[in-house]
Amino acid sequence: VFTEEDKYGLYSNLLFKYFLAEGVVCGHDLFVASAKEHPDNIIKDLPAPLLDDTYRNELGEEATAVKSEDFQDSMKIAWRYQNLPKMEASPTTSTKFGHYYDVSKTMSPELFQSIKWHSFYLPEELSLQPKMKTCHMNSAYARLLQSIQRIIYQEGFDGSDPQKKQKNILRIGIQSLGSMLWGDDICSSDTPEDIHSLTKFLYVLRGLLRKSLSACIITVPAHLIQNKAIMERVTNLSDTVVGLESFIGSERETNPLYKDYHGLVHVHQIPRLNSLICDVSDTKDLAFRLKRKLFTIERLHLPPDLSDTVSRTSKQDLAESAKLLSSGCGAMAIGKKHLDF
Amino acid sequence: QGKFTLLRDTRTDGSFLVHHFLSFYLRAGCKVCFVALLQSFSHYNIVAQKLGVSLTAAKERGQLVFLEGLKSCLDLLFGEEEEQSGQPSPLQFISESTSNLKALFDFVRTSLTPAGGDSWKGPVLLVDDLSVLLSLGATPVAVLDFIHYCRVSVCSQMKGNIVVLVHSNEDSEDEENELVVNSLCHHSDLILWVEGLATGFCKDVHGQIKIIRRVSLELMAEQDHVQIYQYKIQDKNVTFFARGLSAAVL
Repeated sequence: VFTEEDKYGLYSNLLFKYFLAEGVVCGHDLFVASAKEHPDNIIKDLPAPLLDDTYRNELGEEATAVKSEDFQDSMKIAWRYQNLPKMEASPTTSTKFGHYYDVSKTMSPELFQSIKWHSFYLPEELSLQPKMKTCHMNSAYARLLQSIQRIIYQEGFDGSDPQKKQKNILRIGIQSLGSMLWGDDICSSDTPEDIHSLTKFLYVLRGLLRKSLSACIITVPAHLIQNKAIMERVTNLSDTVVGLESFIGSERETNPLYKDYHGLVHVHQIPRLNSLICDVSDTKDLAFRLKRKLFTIERLHLPPDLSDTVSRTSKQDLAESAKLLSSGCGAMAIGKKHLDF
Repeated sequence: QGKFTLLRDTRTDGSFLVHHFLSFYLRAGCKVCFVALLQSFSHYNIVAQKLGVSLTAAKERGQLVFLEGLKSCLDLLFGEEEEQSGQPSPLQFISESTSNLKALFDFVRTSLTPAGGDSWKGPVLLVDDLSVLLSLGATPVAVLDFIHYCRVSVCSQMKGNIVVLVHSNEDSEDEENELVVNSLCHHSDLILWVEGLATGFCKDVHGQIKIIRRVSLELMAEQDHVQIYQYKIQDKNVTFFARGLSAAVL
């Protein structure tokens, strides 16, 4: 899953943590990589799940049952809301998928101590020498790839250890890839030194994910990348691409159209795996909002047209935003009507 | 025979055409070399089974030579030294400083050169998708050279066919990619151009396909023959219909 960060990184960080938190609750292994925040702190800061016990047990069992039926060799970079049930779930699984989280509380330590997690904090890894051929890739990326490959191999996520009966999934989260902290200058310069590092990294990562039982979320400060060609290539190399546009600091903040929301969700691409078709749905206009406890993504609906002046500007804006929202993707869109985390 | 077909997609995913051609040529009894750069073998296998062809069986009887780009790249980067004493990896341009795709071309040529005792009808090269090579560090010139060598070898010498998928966008800022795509368009015998609808997303019509047949390469000859249809993709099939005549409308 490839997430384009919003300008101030607030909301994409939230999505990132949700992905990891879901992993903790489902009992998956985690791999957290970051160049700016120590993974230990990220883990401590995951939102607490809203559970009631019976609900959790039921889901926990189903989740493990579903995961152990299989995937001979490969898993995918998957958008967990949609596609995991589609590809894996047996027809008897309940329609509820995933868990709800309370963003005002952090996860209790017992929860994440019950799972196995690995971290990659770039400043700490710089001292070690990479063993793999770097093939002209940025050395930070090379180290990260090596680390991921090592974990996949050692922990048997690629099926290399047939003795291991309990198959589990590795959830990988990589924060702010492509930013200057990773040593890549695509965010700071129009003609970067090596425009292929990021795309090569993604290609190798894709290979690793395809041959193991893992899923990965990556957040990228896309608004900082000057060279748009890179973003196009990155989109082609990813399974799912979601952009978050927050209204902070933009003129949309005061636009009455968007007063209920904090930002828009742009789904640029959804996976088309193992099938000719992909899961296309009705709506493409999604917006998100952060309430005190919950982060929700909803179908964007407009406030009713009440007065003359309001309707004039909003109609124009509406036409413009409708153009922005529904052009581009062609046949791609996702979105259940109301996705709650 | 000897045709170069370009599959081009804009604002949508044209990979259903790749699946079609793969099963089409396999069913026709041709020897196929499939350079699959973007997806894993099992993905193609599962879709091909829905279309009635088994890729594993085809591989076993030697009809299909499958280059799984993702796997090959991993072997190249993480493989042990001893394993590489044999053939050089077809994707070795990723780790070498030379950016030519000669190793890849050699791989294609050896796979499609008829071996003694082969009874397959014409060879076919299928590539999904060419734009990935640019992302991996190949220069546009290297990519075009590779295609040129393949055409000489597969189309002219072996009288086979080539089908290549590329992505493109009208307002794309990826100049290298646009350069490759435009150049290939000029050299193709047949272009299948798949686009998302200009009016945006629609549930019943997934897009439109433009079929452009190159009639003649002479300057003053007739225009290329263009046909436009719309399509809807289903689980095992794709239905095509004239514009505006989708089943949902009629």
